Amino acid sequence: MTEPQTRAAEVDTNRLAYSGTAPSHAEMAARARRFGVWYYAETVLRGMRAYFWPILGYAVGQPLLYMVAMGVGLGALVSQGAGAVDGVDYLTFVAPALLVSTVVMSVSGEMTYPVMAGFKWQRLYYAPVATAVEPGQVALGHLTAVVIRFLVQSFVFWLVMLAFGAAPSGWSWLVIPVGVLSATAFGAPLQAYAATIEDEGFQFAFIQRFVVMPMFLFAGTFFPLSVMPGYLQWIGWISPVWHGTQLARLASYGADVSATMVAVHLAFLVALTVLGMALAVRVYTRRLRK
Amino acid sequence: MTGPVIRAEGLRKSYGDFAAVDGIDFEVAPGESFGLLGPNGAGKSTTMRMIGGTLDRSGGTLEVLGMDPAEHGPEVRAHLGVIPQQDNLDEELRVRDNLVMYGRYFGLPRSYLLPKAEELLAFAQLEAKATAKVGDLSGGMKRRLTIARGLVNGPRILLLDEPTTGLDPQARHVLWDRLFRLKEAGTTLVVTTHFMDEAEQLCDRLIVVDRGRIMAEGSPQQLIREHSTREVVEVRFGSDRNAQVVAQLDGVGERNEVLPDRILIYTHDGEGALEEISRRGLHPVTSLVRRSSLEDVFLRLTGRSLID
Ligand SMILES: Nc1ncnc2c1ncn2[C@@H]1O[C@H](COP(=O)(O)OP(=O)(O)OP(=O)(O)O)[C@@H](O)[C@H]1O
Ligand SMILES: [Mg+2]
Repeated sequence: MTEPQTRAAEVDTNRLAYSGTAPSHAEMAARARRFGVWYYAETVLRGMRAYFWPILGYAVGQPLLYMVAMGVGLGALVSQGAGAVDGVDYLTFVAPALLVSTVVMSVSGEMTYPVMAGFKWQRLYYAPVATAVEPGQVALGHLTAVVIRFLVQSFVFWLVMLAFGAAPSGWSWLVIPVGVLSATAFGAPLQAYAATIEDEGFQFAFIQRFVVMPMFLFAGTFFPLSVMPGYLQWIGWISPVWHGTQLARLASYGADVSATMVAVHLAFLVALTVLGMALAVRVYTRRLRK
Repeated sequence: MTGPVIRAEGLRKSYGDFAAVDGIDFEVAPGESFGLLGPNGAGKSTTMRMIGGTLDRSGGTLEVLGMDPAEHGPEVRAHLGVIPQQDNLDEELRVRDNLVMYGRYFGLPRSYLLPKAEELLAFAQLEAKATAKVGDLSGGMKRRLTIARGLVNGPRILLLDEPTTGLDPQARHVLWDRLFRLKEAGTTLVVTTHFMDEAEQLCDRLIVVDRGRIMAEGSPQQLIREHSTREVVEVRFGSDRNAQVVAQLDGVGERNEVLPDRILIYTHDGEGALEEISRRGLHPVTSLVRRSSLEDVFLRLTGRSLID
């Protein structure tokens, strides 16, 4: 820094121009076409590393709080009154639903403001799309990184459930992929929507209050959807939280869900995920090539 | 490759009714250093982004290394080093990590990228900042990092959009020197700038662009020879008198140009012109004889000053 002129002489520009060990440019393009999604996911994960402890603390702390509150507090009250819900104690009933709800709520944070940072506040998306990576791969790469985060978060939640004896079935580990699938079913369309926003993202607070909260409260999380009046049940039907919750309960304690309904729940979650991904790829491509 | 590495024909970009790039044709030969010179809003960045395939064009044909960047984006960009006008570094990541992550987008393995990053840090004179957060760098340091990052894939063509904006004079000269050596090693340079000295230093050949159109094309010397005289006399009579005096300067040189603060007299013999001025009984507050520059070419072609 102090002697730029002398330093200048030391740089071997021939090597800079042609580094022998690098793959050919054609090979670079081919790799980016194949693995570009993963390359961008690496960047997002790298950024998350700085927040590793907060993220982990949140992943462990939240289920612990829920389990204590629901098991010891509300659970005791419910068990006194109703005895069992859906044939199991209240904690076992509510735990898989809480797993699904928390990852879906977390995804509403991951796929809103960070998307705005990518397009607008920090323009993080603009560097990769000037390389061999394409905008659609940036969209899916961001989602992939978030999925990996939720795999970890769901896994930790499941461990806490086990520790509290709230996941009796041998298949209970399936709550992990169910949690992640529920997150993408909401997260992918939300990502596509967030990518269309040009202003400061005031819409997100609205979504938080009027989409995410009702999904949580009216999607059969704390009580079976069937006890709600018919005119409110539609909220559950359109909510990824309810569909995910039903699958998670089946996995966790063998709740009574018919094969047909399993297919319906899965199809709903997969369809929303795929639709969201397709939309996100489209919106990202348009906006980043404008 | 013996043909041009970049070929644009009738290249256009419109935003609604407004044509940001309005049908331009040019070719860039391999190993050449090609410049786009023009004022703010001329369409330079727009053109650069179309070359890199990061902006969809509205019309015309464009070939980079024989491929259409709109269709073969990754294949084209694997050969390019893109230095955008606006730095878009990842401010949360550290300096070295920015280089490594960027290299990953080209599918480059870490075993290649780690030593490469050291090379690039030396190039940018940022060895001491390798583990600093990018957000903590000065503007000029960020600029140098952005330029170094663009070299991570060993590009055949470097697209430099206003490369030295924000650099101090010494860093500018170091950068010019290094770009020159990259060129000697065979890299093609495409540079946009509104600094005349930069265009003259760096470019073998350039196009002067204004309002999305090409006004002239040639080497800096050619352009000066064709569109200006050898010398220019700058005289100042005080801003209120300049307009008044200019009529009396008729015929001193080949032509005059009145700017708000001074009058430019284009002539082949600057000293002779100065003598003629005093023979006419005129006494400018200050006077100066200099050689013609690209600035004069620009003024001549567009009637506007390059730096407005
Ligand atoms: N997204 C956009 N929407 C509308 N107009 C745009 C958009 N991007 C650029 N323009 C317009 O296109 C014209 C050319 O812009 P461009 O950025 O290419 O100029 P430039 O030559 O790079 O200027 P500068 O020297 O200031 O960087 C400008 O008039 C600009 O306002
Ligand atoms: Mg520009």
